[in-house]
Amino acid sequence: MARMGQRIEMRFMLLFSRQGKLRLQKWYLATSDKERKKMVRELMQVVLARKPKMCSFLEWRDLKVVYKRYASLYFCCAIEGQDNELITLELIHRYVELLDKYFGSVCELDIIFNFEKAYFILDEFLMGGDVQDTSKKSVLKAIEQADLLQEEDESPRSVLEEMGLA
Amino acid sequence: MLVGGEWTEERGKAVPDLREPEGRMLVPSLKVQDLIEEIRGAKTQAQEREVIQKECAHIRASFRDGDPLHRHRQLAKLLYVHMLGYPAHFGQMECLKLIASPRFTDKRVGYLGAMLLLDERQDAHLLITNSIKNDLSQGTQAVQGLALCTLSTMGSAEMCRDLATEVEKLLLQPSPYVRKKAVLTAVHMIRKVPELSTVFLPPCAQLLHERHHGILLGTITLIMELCERSPAALKHFRKVVPQLVQILRTLLTTGYSTEHSISGVSDPFLQVQILRLLRILGRNHEESSETMNDLLAQVATNTDTSRNAGNAVLFETVLTILDIRSAAGLRVLAVNILGRFLLNSDKNIRYVALTSLLRLVQSDHSAVQRHRPTVVECLQEPDTSLSRRALELSLALVNSSNVRAMTQELQGFLQSCPTDLRADCASGILLAAERYAPTKRWHIDTILRVLTTAGAHVRDDAVANLTQLIGGAQELHAYSVRRLYCALAEDISQQPLVQVAAWCIGEYGDLLLEGSCEEIEPLQVEEEEVLALLERVLQSHMSLPATRGYALTALMKLSTRLRGDNNRIRQVVSIYGSCLDVELQQRAVEYDTLFRKYDHMRAAILEKMPLVERGGPQVDEEAKESKEARLLEAAPVPTEPQASKLLDLLDLLDGPSEDAQHPRPLDPSPGGALVHLLDLPCAPPPAAPIPNLKVFEREGLQLSLSFVRPPETPALLLITVTATNTSGGDVTHFICQAAVPKSFQLQLQAPSGDTVPAQGGLPMTQLLRILNPNKAPLRLKLRLTYTHFGQSVQEIFEVNNLPVETWQ
Repeated sequence: MARMGQRIEMRFMLLFSRQGKLRLQKWYLATSDKERKKMVRELMQVVLARKPKMCSFLEWRDLKVVYKRYASLYFCCAIEGQDNELITLELIHRYVELLDKYFGSVCELDIIFNFEKAYFILDEFLMGGDVQDTSKKSVLKAIEQADLLQEEDESPRSVLEEMGLA
Repeated sequence: MLVGGEWTEERGKAVPDLREPEGRMLVPSLKVQDLIEEIRGAKTQAQEREVIQKECAHIRASFRDGDPLHRHRQLAKLLYVHMLGYPAHFGQMECLKLIASPRFTDKRVGYLGAMLLLDERQDAHLLITNSIKNDLSQGTQAVQGLALCTLSTMGSAEMCRDLATEVEKLLLQPSPYVRKKAVLTAVHMIRKVPELSTVFLPPCAQLLHERHHGILLGTITLIMELCERSPAALKHFRKVVPQLVQILRTLLTTGYSTEHSISGVSDPFLQVQILRLLRILGRNHEESSETMNDLLAQVATNTDTSRNAGNAVLFETVLTILDIRSAAGLRVLAVNILGRFLLNSDKNIRYVALTSLLRLVQSDHSAVQRHRPTVVECLQEPDTSLSRRALELSLALVNSSNVRAMTQELQGFLQSCPTDLRADCASGILLAAERYAPTKRWHIDTILRVLTTAGAHVRDDAVANLTQLIGGAQELHAYSVRRLYCALAEDISQQPLVQVAAWCIGEYGDLLLEGSCEEIEPLQVEEEEVLALLERVLQSHMSLPATRGYALTALMKLSTRLRGDNNRIRQVVSIYGSCLDVELQQRAVEYDTLFRKYDHMRAAILEKMPLVERGGPQVDEEAKESKEARLLEAAPVPTEPQASKLLDLLDLLDGPSEDAQHPRPLDPSPGGALVHLLDLPCAPPPAAPIPNLKVFEREGLQLSLSFVRPPETPALLLITVTATNTSGGDVTHFICQAAVPKSFQLQLQAPSGDTVPAQGGLPMTQLLRILNPNKAPLRLKLRLTYTHFGQSVQEIFEVNNLPVETWQ
């Protein structure tokens, strides 16, 4: 049990479809594009080969992988040295909840067509692989405010138009 | 014409585009979502590539001289394409430009791009340091947030050093939004540049008083990072154990907030993190451990375990209890919680339980043993993640008192387990058997069963180990060879099994045929069956070259163990003399020569192996070497009974008799001369061939001598006595003895047999080795006894007309 110097670090998080299409990739460790592609391909194969009733954890290379399927999307986290896979499951679930709240009953298409938003939400929830904020409300509020800023930025013209002042 | 709502201006260039009417200078640029739609509309990979290439051309052009207002859109499209696996490096500089823009939208996409396209491996990454610095010091909260996020995702060591002060300042920012991000950025900075600990350690004390969960969480993560990098920091932060305990206690009792709770558990993320830190601080420290005991007990007993969140906290608690210097009772409680987890219907819970128990099996062996039955049940899990853990744990739980039962379970598992676990299971069983075997027979049985069930998956040394084991268990030779014979007859595909069986049959073939063995039911095996089986192995395409080697050698050994004639064996051996496999060919040629020229030595060479010292894969070689060394001593043994009779013979010669049969090695290095002799395929040509000599003839039985003077050893004379029988009746019980003058040394090798078959059948041969260091004239007397046509015959005579070349 004594594992001194073992730092809990999330290496990366992936979202991919049942057909093996990548929908999001967040890397917390510098890796070359080539290496990333290889790892993604490999890991997708391993995870997609799992049967529905199997547990959410598997060992892959020198990492532990925690994954869960939500509808047509697999959410996959690769962690190293993490002792507690169960809390990582909670982490994944929280992210899905955030997406769900934001998009309103989120589905894969939402994430495909609004991939930047998926990243923005993730970046409000996690930083460097660690949880920034454990309050769903707080995270969603931050996204909301940023979206607002973006809107104000983007086309003040259209806001005026909306107000009927154009 | 407005298409899609936006335009980009292409200066002076008409870009061919289906969307563009002829002659227009303006090219509409797709919205991100439109591009995505178009890509998804592509029916083939080639089509997709085409769409993307075309769009990338647009994007490139736009980057060059397009409207900066829409740069963010172009980059976003590029990022999408990048996710699909297409190159996007030409967007890196655009990220820089966007980040430097004052517009929030630009920064948002720019920073995202930086996180996706830039990392410390690119030179360009340093260029954003300045922008980040500006944003950190002058930006709005949202902008600061973007900058901090990016820094913590891809900040290199250099960047971290440059920006540490900015981040430190932000730890004191009034906005909790920024503070929480600053803390986690500090975590990243410490990971990259451990020296920065000096900067970020002092603020921790204050930060621990935060009420904001996010900041608290980040602070605890920061403290963990500091402690794990510096023993001094670890010592320093032990002071805060009481404070941490208080925080957690508050969280449990009064800190319930709907905002942070999951399934009725207060902020499980924060709880887990606190518990983790407590673990680090309490490890190897009595006092700290003492302080947290009660709290841990409280969490362990009060956490709602109906949902995963509660179990996650409970699990972390267990891990902490087991890692610190906790009270004994608390430890037992923790192990029992794991035991309960093993019975949980949730697979994930069972998984973490198995993993943790595995880590405990050394330190808390007896505690874990109590859960052995449950662990063994987990072997049946269809999920390999779980069955693998269960296997590892089961193997770790084997001890001398449960070895029989456990091996039984594991053997059952081996039969049906998934392929990727077979090797581990097989070697695990073999290892356990080696350590805890109650009896030798059980051990042999166990190995045999493993080889039969999963022979293809055992390690290479399994064969050597088993042969060693069997060899050493003399009382079990008959049993072993019988069981192995039966196993082999059923299945010749499992190579390790085949190899061991072949070896055994070769060694103990005589016991196989004897028919009775107490341990198992009687087995009637015919010689022909045994030979046929070994031939099958030889011919099978499933047999590895090594296996065929084993089979060939076994056949050869049987030539001395079986009673029948060796024609069949000789045939096989001579056929393989032209085998394509060089190793096999060499063996076959050697064995064939053994039959043809050195038949009298065959029995000695193919004797039963002495027990070898345990020593890894070289066992066979060692055995062979020691066998060769001992051959010299062994050889004279069969001639021992002749010695007494020979003294009579010697009386007839000049000079006082000498014990010419004393088994003195012929030369100082016995191995040398013998190796020379065994160097059969290329026997050294004699200096000049000495003519054969016919020395005896009676009623069809003839004796002739052939001579060899090896050039390397001039004092040595090799005489081969060959007896042939052209009469109608067999000559049986044939014994030939020899005597030489005192100054000579004589050694008789074992004869090839004691029967000279009638009608010109296989001759009997015997080798005489005579050492004549003084080059004295050779005199040789022979004594023959045999039975022919029902009569006993004895003949004594001196050999006349010995050629001078035999001694000069």
